[in-house]
Amino acid sequence: MQLFPCPFCGPRSESEFHFGGDAGNHRPEGFRDVTDSEWTAYLYERNNPRGAANEIWMHMACGEVFRMERDTVDHRVAQSFVLGEGGDNGGMA
Amino acid sequence: MAAWRNDGGTAIDRSQPLAFSFDGKVIEAFAGDTIASALLAGGVSVVGRSFKYHRPRGLWGAGVEEPNALVDIAAGMPNTRATQALAANGMAVRSVNAEPSAEKDRRAFIDAFSRFIPAAFYYKTFMFPDWHLFEPRIREMAGLGTLDETKTGPEFAEQVNHHCDVLVVGAGPAGLHAAREAVRAGRRVVLCDDGRQPGGSLFYRAATIEGKSGAEWVADVATELERAGDLVLTSATAFGIYDHHLVGLSQKGADGAPDRLWRIRAKSIVLATGAIERPLPFGNNDLPGVMSAEAALVYLRRFGIVAGRKIVIATNNGLAYETAEALVAAGADVTVVDYRADASTPAGLRVLKGVSVRAATGRNAVNAVTLSDGTVLEADAVLVSGGFTPTVHLYCQAQGKLDWRDDILAFVPGRPVEGVDVVGAAAGTFGLPPELADGMARDLGIIAAWPKPGAKERVWIDLQNDVTAKDVELAVRENFVSVEHLKRYTTLGMATDQGKTSNVNGLALMAEITGRRIPDVGTTTYRPPFTPVPLASFAGARSGTRMNPLRRLPLEQAHRADNAVFREYGGWLRPAFYGAGSPEERIQAEARGARERVALFDGSPLGKIEVIGPDAASFLDFIYYNTMSTLAPGRCRYGFVLTEGGNVYDDGVLVRLDENRFIVSCSSSHVAGMHALLEEWRQDRFDRKRVFIHNATAEMATLTVTGPQAKALMGTIDLGIALDDTTLPHMAVVSGVFEGIAVRVARISFTGDRSYEISVPADHAAALWTRLRQAGEAFGAGLLGLEALMILRAEKGYVVVGKDTDGTSRPMDFGLTAPLERKKVEFIGRRSLITEDAGRPDRRQFVGLEAIDGKGVLPTGAHGIERGSGVPRSIGYVTSSYFSPVLQKPIALGLIELGLSRMGEIVELQHLREIRRARVVSACAFDREGSRLHA
Ligand SMILES: [Zn+2]
Repeated sequence: MQLFPCPFCGPRSESEFHFGGDAGNHRPEGFRDVTDSEWTAYLYERNNPRGAANEIWMHMACGEVFRMERDTVDHRVAQSFVLGEGGDNGGMA
Repeated sequence: MAAWRNDGGTAIDRSQPLAFSFDGKVIEAFAGDTIASALLAGGVSVVGRSFKYHRPRGLWGAGVEEPNALVDIAAGMPNTRATQALAANGMAVRSVNAEPSAEKDRRAFIDAFSRFIPAAFYYKTFMFPDWHLFEPRIREMAGLGTLDETKTGPEFAEQVNHHCDVLVVGAGPAGLHAAREAVRAGRRVVLCDDGRQPGGSLFYRAATIEGKSGAEWVADVATELERAGDLVLTSATAFGIYDHHLVGLSQKGADGAPDRLWRIRAKSIVLATGAIERPLPFGNNDLPGVMSAEAALVYLRRFGIVAGRKIVIATNNGLAYETAEALVAAGADVTVVDYRADASTPAGLRVLKGVSVRAATGRNAVNAVTLSDGTVLEADAVLVSGGFTPTVHLYCQAQGKLDWRDDILAFVPGRPVEGVDVVGAAAGTFGLPPELADGMARDLGIIAAWPKPGAKERVWIDLQNDVTAKDVELAVRENFVSVEHLKRYTTLGMATDQGKTSNVNGLALMAEITGRRIPDVGTTTYRPPFTPVPLASFAGARSGTRMNPLRRLPLEQAHRADNAVFREYGGWLRPAFYGAGSPEERIQAEARGARERVALFDGSPLGKIEVIGPDAASFLDFIYYNTMSTLAPGRCRYGFVLTEGGNVYDDGVLVRLDENRFIVSCSSSHVAGMHALLEEWRQDRFDRKRVFIHNATAEMATLTVTGPQAKALMGTIDLGIALDDTTLPHMAVVSGVFEGIAVRVARISFTGDRSYEISVPADHAAALWTRLRQAGEAFGAGLLGLEALMILRAEKGYVVVGKDTDGTSRPMDFGLTAPLERKKVEFIGRRSLITEDAGRPDRRQFVGLEAIDGKGVLPTGAHGIERGSGVPRSIGYVTSSYFSPVLQKPIALGLIELGLSRMGEIVELQHLREIRRARVVSACAFDREGSRLHA
């Protein structure tokens, strides 16, 4: 059971969190101009990195959506960020 | 067995004798005895039968490593390790794998056929026609214990979450020392041990620490810990180590108290888990009476039991000599067979050096051993030490990697794991911590005595799973040379003892046969749990109705008073219908009453998520398929919410209370999902300071008045609102007051009749419901359960998402094309609606299906069938189907390929072997003009 740092609540058990996707998977805007392949990439293509990962998570207990940098191999959590803070927003929008 | 009780034993209280039964035989013991020590002292040599061959087996160990002595305790736990369970007065204990008793097992004949049933015999033999045909009988024969269905006890195991600075696992000398150091450094400490009290080896190995005896020192350290406010947990096994320093502990409840599962999150962990003695490989080394030399010392010093009168101790190391000297002092005749030719040994012992044991003989108990030089030594107990295997399970679970040490012939923790220290015997350091007793580190002085291939007699490697050296040889011959394959092929190390005594001998034999070094063979993966943990401990309180608690209505008691029959709908316990008698008749009557007069419905679980703020309107334009920003304050609009994949996720009515305040009325089963969806987009796309979300679902009850008499009924209740259709038309909302409490009244209909949805704070729902009931009497108002409501909405062709939609449904399939054509701005899933798939000419569309074959209601789930030239093909299916009381005929809804352009066509529907015929019609079967909404 990993501990994830919610920017609002502090460290909490991973079972309280909901995975929101890769950070930086920006939603392609302007539906008339977005190609099928751009939209497909947004919907379905995932990085699934081995090692350093940059992800969006939601803390279901308080509703906070945030960005977290962690390692998928050793499960070390580097840091979590309030969306829009800590450099690249990285969210989906 | 020749074991006998002397007058020693620090664990037992001779003033408290007790008796229990084992396989029907009375065993006398003392308070403090384990079942194992009582059996040993009671002369029971055969404590169980082996898993596969039904060989007689005796005690090997004295603790968690015991592979043989598993017993069932009546009205207690099956497969209890006799070495760890206390004997209790009156308990009925049975051996496992044996019938009628361990001593006279009627399947003992199986062993005579043992050479015909090598490793993987069952899998190779019982292949045709299907292994699963044979499996139950074979499993039953191999058995292990059986669950006592009459078991009673605590309702559920307790679960405790705990945090500390340092968790020390193992309360032997190394663990106690580490815990005391941490306490003295001001840390919050938890010390746990699977024994009934802290102390570990200090209870049976002689030691003087800081001028005190081992036992005195243990008591002093434990007191110091407890005085400092730290936890000392006994009978608690750390069975697993998980991410971020979470350790699972299974604590046995004492005296019928519930077991306890601890989840301890520690900043750092000290593993002082000790080491486990290995058997020596010789023929028939599984005979009862062949026992671990260390276990024999435990039984002597803790329980006052001398293992035999004529004892052979076989060892390849120096640690067995304490057992030898203690047994001699207790009056036994002891011969030590020391495999080491040049061992320096204590004086006054009979020691044969440079010889080894070739085989043991005996039938149900050992009676002699034959040595490598041909000497035969009579013996009623053979105590063996093949070296020690550090207990590294938790370290390995924490991703540690093992190193092999040739000087102690053991795997020890290698590279450090952050926050996890391994100390004492678990780290390969035998004896006391050097800081406590300089120079008392015990010299192992071990030489190799690994199993060799080609032995004449059967040499047991894994006692619990009945794996012999020959099985390992067979596995290698069949090319299972990876250690993981060896394990799966022979089941070596896969029993409930997880190979604690057998793994290293198995690896060594594999190394020998394949010409590799032991570290090159490697170990199998260590996985939790270290010892079996009752499933009840993991379940804790989450069983039965607590597994997934139902949500309850504020008005549940009122509905019960009206004889409601409750069912679960989307996690809520709701009235399905009211009253006794035929459910079908009740439901039909409720639906008919609602159409003819007026009915009251409790719609409280309906989602009520408030969206507030200056950006709320543009936010909701993005959320909904439909344009919502054009909605006037005080008005409501029906809409779909899609996934980014363009599929229908939810539907419902959006209420605009004022310029910057909306209420999302989502499906009751989708509230949590919609709330998360709204929050995610709010925070990740919008300015989170300009739009806010509040889930008010549970705060507010929603009571609905529906039917032709709804307005008249409402007119008799003073809510301070005007009911005329100019002030409160269909799809409008107004604020009112009921008994001084603000309520909201909306003209929203899920029945197709004029309806008023009244949202009232949950704690005032009962009062309003009572008032509505009283007022309803004059109008013949009935109560409407969920089932009747489902009929009413189906008559109107109103969609239930998840029932009339599936994971591929798009809004256009329901005839809703306008937003896609006209909406100017982005919304969730928009781009997916202009893909090739969304434009497919053969999409399944939402239609009504009218049975025309006079055979009654169509089966829900029946598939529409198209018989072309080839195989019949599904063109969709029935999603909802009922008998309509107002139309007096069956009605149905379905998703049918190109259904909207098939109006009037006859389709065949197939369900199981039955073929039905139906006409494709509009989804709305009743009051197509919608005049009843305003009547
Ligand atoms: Zn939080």
